[in-house]
Formats: sequence, C-alpha cells, structure tokens
Amino acid sequence: MSDLTLTVMRLGFLAVLWLFVIVAVQVIRSDLFTTKSAAPRSGHRAAPTAPTAAGAGRPPQGQPGGAQQQQARQRRGQPTHLVVTQGSLAGTTVALHGQTVTLGRAHDSTIVLDDDYASSRHARIYPDQAGQWTVEDLGSTNGTYLDRQRLTTPTPLQIGVPIRIGRTVIELRK
Amino acid sequence: MSTFDVSSGRTPTTGRRRAVGRSSAGDAPNRRNTELLMLGFALVIPMLAYANVGLAMDGSLPAGMLKVGLGMSALAVGAHLAVRRFAPYADPLLLPLATLLNGLGLVMIWRLDKAGKLLIKNFAAAPNQLMWSGLGVAMFIGVVILLKDHRILQRYTYISMVVALVLLAAPAFFPSRAEDFGAKIWIRFGSFSIQPGEFAKIILTVFFAGFLMVKKDALALASRKFMGLYLPRGRDLGPIVVVWLLSILILVFETDLGSSFLFFGLFVVMLYVATERTSWIVFGLTMSLGGAAVVASAEPHVKTRINAWLDPMAAFGPKPPSQSSEQIGQTLMSLGSGGTVGTGLGQGRSWLIQFAAKSDFILGSFGEELGLTGLMALFMIYGLVVQRGLRTALAARDPFGKLLAVGLSSAFALQVFVVAGGVTGLIPLTGMTMPFLAQGGSSLVANWALIAILMKISDTARRPAVEPAAIPEPAGPERLGAGPGAPDESRGATS
Repeated sequence: MSDLTLTVMRLGFLAVLWLFVIVAVQVIRSDLFTTKSAAPRSGHRAAPTAPTAAGAGRPPQGQPGGAQQQQARQRRGQPTHLVVTQGSLAGTTVALHGQTVTLGRAHDSTIVLDDDYASSRHARIYPDQAGQWTVEDLGSTNGTYLDRQRLTTPTPLQIGVPIRIGRTVIELRK
Repeated sequence: MSTFDVSSGRTPTTGRRRAVGRSSAGDAPNRRNTELLMLGFALVIPMLAYANVGLAMDGSLPAGMLKVGLGMSALAVGAHLAVRRFAPYADPLLLPLATLLNGLGLVMIWRLDKAGKLLIKNFAAAPNQLMWSGLGVAMFIGVVILLKDHRILQRYTYISMVVALVLLAAPAFFPSRAEDFGAKIWIRFGSFSIQPGEFAKIILTVFFAGFLMVKKDALALASRKFMGLYLPRGRDLGPIVVVWLLSILILVFETDLGSSFLFFGLFVVMLYVATERTSWIVFGLTMSLGGAAVVASAEPHVKTRINAWLDPMAAFGPKPPSQSSEQIGQTLMSLGSGGTVGTGLGQGRSWLIQFAAKSDFILGSFGEELGLTGLMALFMIYGLVVQRGLRTALAARDPFGKLLAVGLSSAFALQVFVVAGGVTGLIPLTGMTMPFLAQGGSSLVANWALIAILMKISDTARRPAVEPAAIPEPAGPERLGAGPGAPDESRGATS
C-alpha cells in the first residue's frame, strides 16, 4: 500500500469518526426540539386562570389541529382551585396557576398537611402535557387514594373526585 | 347548553384523532428510523477501520471482512428489532453509540492480535471478544424483552444489595493466581473466568436507587446546619459508613482500587442527586480520600500504583524503584508518539505497551493510532452515552427511574473517567476496563445490560402519557370524551 493511500485512509477515518459524533449531536438537537411537547414540564404553561393569555402565550407545538380544539375545550372546563373538604385543614382552598401543587408534611409543600397518616412528601398534583390535572403518589407510606382506589401511577383527576390522604380529603373544583 | 352540546359532540373525534396521531408517530415521534440510520453508520465505521488495518498491515482487505461485517450487522439489527418491538420510544442514540464502541474495540483487539509475538502474552483474543459481543447483544435483547418495566427492579432493593455484596465478596474467597496481576477480582472455573464486580455495579445501582428513593427525605431534611453545611444525623449516616467500609474492604482484600472508587463515587453521586445536599459530596470526598490514604500507605500493591502514578518515568531511569511499574510510562509514550492525528490504524507500535495492551491500556493503543483527534472523538462518544443517560433521568417521571438512570450513567461515566484518568496519568492507575472497548467478556455483557436498562427507562420516560379519560370510569367509547365535560356542567349549574 502506498503511503499516500494510507495517509488518506488515516485522515479519512478520523473525519468519518467525527462526522459520526456531529451527526449524533444533530440527532440530540432535533430530539430536543421535537420532544418538547412531550416533556412533562411544558404542560405547565397552560395557565387555567388566564385563558386568553395562555392561549396566546403557548408556543406552537406542531401538533395536529385537534390539539388546539382540545385545549379550547379544556380551558372552558378547567378547574381553578383545590379545596380541602375534610381533615384538619378543611375549608382551605388553593388557587391553581398551572404549577405543580405538592402535598405533604414537609414545610416546603404547597399544602402542608398536618395529618398523622401523611408522609413528608406525600403526593403532587400537576398538569400533564395535555393540561390535564394529574395526581401522583410520591412513594408515601400510607398511600394516596383517588376515591377508593389506591394510586400506583400518575392518574388524571376529574373535577369533584375526592383525593384522600390519611384523614384529609381534597378535591378539584371549577 | 348549546355550547356544551357542540363541545361534547366534538370531543370524541378529537380524542380519536389524537390517538391515531400517537400510533402513527405524529404526536410523539418514536425515532426508531433515526436509530436504524445511526446504527448503519455505527457499523460502517468499524468496517472502515477493519479494512484500514488490513490494508496497512497485509496490503489487502482482511479475508473475513464480509463475514464479520454481516455477523455484526445481524447482531445490531437483531438488537434494533427487539428495541423496535419492546421499547419503541427509547432513546435513538444509545444503541448506535454502544455498537460503535464495541465494534471499534473489536477491530483494535484484532489488530493487536496481528502484532503476533511482538506483544507479550499474545493470543488471539478477537474471536473470543466477538463471541462475548454476541453474548452481550443477547443480554441486551434479553433485558429489553424481559424487563417489562424498570420499576419492577424497585421490589428487589434489599435482595439486590445482598446479591451485590455476595458478588463483590466472592472473588476474595477464590484462590488467587499469578496472572491476576495483583487484583483479586475474578472468579475462575477452569479456563473460564468472570469478573463479578462488573455485574455488581448494576445491581448495586438498583439497590442505591431503591434505598435512596425511600430514605431521601430523611437524609435531606433531618439535618442541622453547621458552618453552611447540612450535617446529617448519625443514624442517617449509617448506610454511608457501611458503603464506605465496604469499599475499603474491597480495596484491602481484593486490592482493587478501581471498584472501590467506582462504588463509593457512585453512592456519593446518587446521594447528592437524591438529596440535593452539597454536604454529602464534602463528606464523600473526605471519606474516600482518607480511606485511600490509609490503605495506600499500608498495601504494597496499591503503593506500587501510586508510585507509578507520581513518577511514571522512574521505571526507565538508571535506578528503577522496586515498587513501581513501567506501564504508565509506556502508555504515555505511545500517546505521545500518536501526536495529533496518530500513526494510522495498524501502523503504530502498540506492542511496546508490553502488557495488557488489549485490556486496561487499549486507550493507549487507540491514542497512538488515531492520535489526539481520534481519542477526543472516542471521549465524545462516551460523553454522548452519559448525556443520553442523564437526559433519560431528567425525562423520567418516577423517582426510582430517575435515580436508577442517574446511577447507571454516572457509573458508566466514573468508569470511563477512572480508566482514562489512569491511562493518561491523571490519577493512579486502577485495574478497570474501558466500557465496550477493552477486552473482557464480563465487562461487555454487563455494559450491554446497563445500556438495555437505560433504554427501558427512556422508553417509559418518552412514551406519551396515557389518554386521561380512560382511567377513572371505564365507560363506553362515547362517554370517554364527554366524561370530563359532564360533571363540569352539572357543577357549574349548581354553583
């Protein structure tokens, strides 16, 4: 083999190796932009309390037109607050602004539960990527119940369905 | 009321359209075709390298090129099909990156085999490595198919701790042999040997993830603040101390610097991620440095490594110290002779790294033949694997999955750091293998399993969420869409 061929192969191989790296980085880049709508965080932007602002401020997501119709529907029937109906905090309401609401005995929770059966980080309620409010048990000791069903996975919340944590009952209201 | 009719009439159709969009990858693309393309690219590169070595060393293309190429493609396509079927939303890059690294490692080992008698203890390792690659890919496919959900692993938190401890302790009870080079990390059955530490790495990560998920609140919140640091309570420190003692014991009884560093580092990283407390990092660093200092001054094997690290060229001097090693010096010279663009594949003198050129020091061989440019590309590829792992952790929805993904990718990162740092003289050399590149069956199989678990987590994380209406009341299809609307309306009327 001539030296020239080998030199060309040597440099060519390095070029191909780097080309692979660059293509891989491009894949990551495109991945970042296409999965944005699937990321759980982006759903928070559907602020239910300010419908017009939410509609205008929400970036286009490249979804089919049905998504926007669905958003319009959800805005209309969107819950606006959480109400504690039973337990030591009964009567408390928390307005929903599209942010995650954390429930637990920990002092930095959104709703600090003073309930012997609650864990420090018990559960959270958050809007998923479609803007649907969802409750998730955060590995609590005594469990979170949606109506009478113990939660094992993040579960979508319906308006008026009670969430039970120990002696506390919380529900979503419009 | 009329608006409600319109909305309830429209809802089922939009719901159906969304469902269709999902299945045809319109809403959340599953990226499997990208993966296939990248996989093709990742197979072409080792084949190019293979041809390059053949041309440089024999002046002709290697004889088995077609066969080897087809074999590797079959393995990769098999893995891809398994992913397509059982983890359709998984990350598109992990499999191609792992395939590329494995392929490059195979070519380099084959190339070092061809150095013949020039390399000490040379025997054809490439066929063996090819077999282990096959087993590794089989392991990958097995995990992708059998591990339905990574959360199942959470049930085995304490069982995995016991299994990991047994695996780690096992080599200490096997008779050590001359060719173990100081470290007792192998279990041998005749000519067949496995390195249980590689598997223990994954199993221990499962334990750490499960344990920290339960204990993270106690570790993060129950602490006093002292001089800007959160001091954990004594009973919360317990597990840390146990892991620390364990890693010291590995160091003492198996004289394995790398594994103890890896396990302790892994635990500290996961603790930090779980609790967000900087104090754990401070504690971890203090404890590991303290432990290493004590052991290094006592253990002759570890002391040799440290001496070789402090003065790698001393072994070539007029008075070579008795407790040192020439390997690092040789590797540094091979890296230096590679320069910026390297000598070219098949044209280096890697046999001058006398021993372990195919395993621990394979990076030296790569550095010589591909140069700094090629080595940087390899590190980029490792970096991308770690990045994809951490990205998976960010996207994962459950805390256990997050911790497991962080743990697995940082175990991978730590291992790459320990090996690369050791070979380049940044830190004392430890007997660990470069994931996917180096010769070693256990390491290959374990790392393929690691990638498979990461892909399963990323499949769960990137899978679009289930349709909301289907869960609370399983009614007829036309009720599904109207379900959320109907209670709203009645409640709106009463209030």
